[in-house]
Amino acid sequence: MALYFFTPFIAIILTILGGGMIFYILGFNPIEALKFYFITPISNLYGFSELLLKATPLCLIAIGLSFCFKSNNWNIGAEGQLTFGAIVGGGVALLFYNQEGFYILPLVIIAGAIGGMIFALIPAILKTYFNTNEILVSLMLVYVSKLLLDYLVVGPWSNPEGFNFPETRQFSDSSRMPLLFEGLRIHAGIFLALAAVMLSWFVLYKTYLGFQIKVSGLSLKTAKYAGFKGKTMILVVFMISGACAGLAGVGEITGPIGQLHRMISPDYGFTAIIVAFLGRLNPFGIIFASLVVALTYLGAETAQIFLQIPKYTGQVFQGMILFFLLASDYLLFFKVKILNLKKNEPRH
Amino acid sequence: MYKNFLRYLISAIFLLGFSVNSNADFKVGFVYVGPTGDHGWTFQHHEGRNAVEAAGIKTTFVESVPEGADAERVIRQLAQSGHDLIFTTSFGYMDPTNKVAKDFPNVKFEHATGYKREHSNVSTYSARFYEGRTLLGHIAGKMTKTNTIGYIASFPIPEVIRGINAMTLAAQKVNPNIKTKIVWVFTWYDPGKEAEAAQALIDQGADIIMQHTDSTAPVQTAEKAGVWSFGQASDMQRFAPKSILTSIIDDWAPYYVERAIAARDGTWNQQDTWHGLKEGMVAMGPYNSAMGADLVKEVEQLQKDLASGKVHSFTGPIYDQKGNILVAEGKVADDGMLAGMSVYVKGVEGDIPK
Repeated sequence: MALYFFTPFIAIILTILGGGMIFYILGFNPIEALKFYFITPISNLYGFSELLLKATPLCLIAIGLSFCFKSNNWNIGAEGQLTFGAIVGGGVALLFYNQEGFYILPLVIIAGAIGGMIFALIPAILKTYFNTNEILVSLMLVYVSKLLLDYLVVGPWSNPEGFNFPETRQFSDSSRMPLLFEGLRIHAGIFLALAAVMLSWFVLYKTYLGFQIKVSGLSLKTAKYAGFKGKTMILVVFMISGACAGLAGVGEITGPIGQLHRMISPDYGFTAIIVAFLGRLNPFGIIFASLVVALTYLGAETAQIFLQIPKYTGQVFQGMILFFLLASDYLLFFKVKILNLKKNEPRH
Repeated sequence: MYKNFLRYLISAIFLLGFSVNSNADFKVGFVYVGPTGDHGWTFQHHEGRNAVEAAGIKTTFVESVPEGADAERVIRQLAQSGHDLIFTTSFGYMDPTNKVAKDFPNVKFEHATGYKREHSNVSTYSARFYEGRTLLGHIAGKMTKTNTIGYIASFPIPEVIRGINAMTLAAQKVNPNIKTKIVWVFTWYDPGKEAEAAQALIDQGADIIMQHTDSTAPVQTAEKAGVWSFGQASDMQRFAPKSILTSIIDDWAPYYVERAIAARDGTWNQQDTWHGLKEGMVAMGPYNSAMGADLVKEVEQLQKDLASGKVHSFTGPIYDQKGNILVAEGKVADDGMLAGMSVYVKGVEGDIPK
């Protein structure tokens, strides 16, 4: 079982080796390219703070997803829950435009979490009461929320002084996340992520709900036999997952972005699925995984700036991590046996 | 022993990382919103970069930078890593560009299509694309049989509305019965949506398709349907050789080379540039021979007159949709009015989305 937590490292090492090979084939010095990819981006304080900034939403969403995935509920629509959370939170921020008050930011954050929660409840309710497939429903709802955001920033919520550009006003300072250090973009949202990690560890490993989640994930039949209320649990894990994604969305718009527009997330909700599995659905594993995946984003930018390596290698790296992880899992859980085919050949 | 090794390793890693930031050469950085192979907006900026490189100046680019939280980091990294002049080539980079400019007073910044110049090291630049639209309107008015021009529009910002109006005014001048039908797609680049919009317009009787979006899908749809079309941002003729009458080409190269040399030689100043046909920032693709020699001659003359200033795209009398006068007879619209344009002129169908 120790190997189970070890395979992510194997996957990362294989990804680095595979990446080096790709760089070599593309005609770059692989050592130099990997250095620009994995070391240069975090070689100073600013870079390191950017890594934490990028990892924060990934970590939050992945923590939420771990509740769903552990209990065999396949919530693929975290991106939509993030977007809807940002819409609700951003709506509250706009409502309090140009107002002062310590209570405004907490209200915005809570609104974001509730928004994500409500949006995640849709696939959960449809699954529990109408037996629909949550993968399809949650995925399709991503497009619904993105189109709703498009409509709002182009139409009713667009900045009245913004020449019709598709964006809202800049939020007032009272609804912006406080910055932790002067000159860096890292903000108080990181504490939300850390709190989510602690809480999820407690819930998953120390409570009855966590026990139910784990048992349902291992065997649905056992869970039924034990008399667990399956429906309630499905609703609860989706709500937790949606709230986390909503928090991630609200953290982005009240943190580095400062307004609503159409590009609030470069698909964090989908990338977080890789993070959740790379972190073995374990809260502390997810912290580590979110940092690794965040680094692939930063590395792709640095590699393009210094070596003009196409930025899409970032996505290649993310894909390779997932591929090697699944591959090593396969080899871990299944024994490879080389059959002696000659023996089985039909006799003439 | 083990601890010492770890310490060496960590210091080696840091040394490797820090050694990057020392480069005394003059360098220019570019930030693109799309991939360099989009054959439209970003492609043309990339051509401009190639021209700077050809002038013997080192350049760097980062493509497909989302207009969200990532933009600021990319711009800052370029500034930190020894770039002396940075072009940020999309509207969404406006606030991040100004933010980074504040922290790097010795680096020069050039932001395309924006209006904020909050620090003395930020310039803005854009092109008078509407002059090209006037030429398209003239051609469209002459070429249409159904008197219906289909227009695929991105966002209801002044630049797009200006283009619609300039085209409609020019078309009305040669064909008073002209109607402009518009489909708003609310995207700059989405081949699927753009193709659907083109088809919808063709189904409504448009025999001319025009676009203010960046993909080649509309011209390809027009080619298939056998109607006329115009290329956008780049010469798109090879994608629809029969259908394309001409293209509006954004030629950033002369401006980029001029500004890069100015920054290198220390003569760079903050400015707001709005260049058109005269300076060559807006250029026209080859005219389709199907237009006939007479029309080509007419359009070439009009192009010369627009460049010399003899003709202005917005010459009065201009009325809005309700018939109120916008520009009096004999007057031309000033740049302030053009920059904030937010109503349609008479002859455009529908309302501006709000």
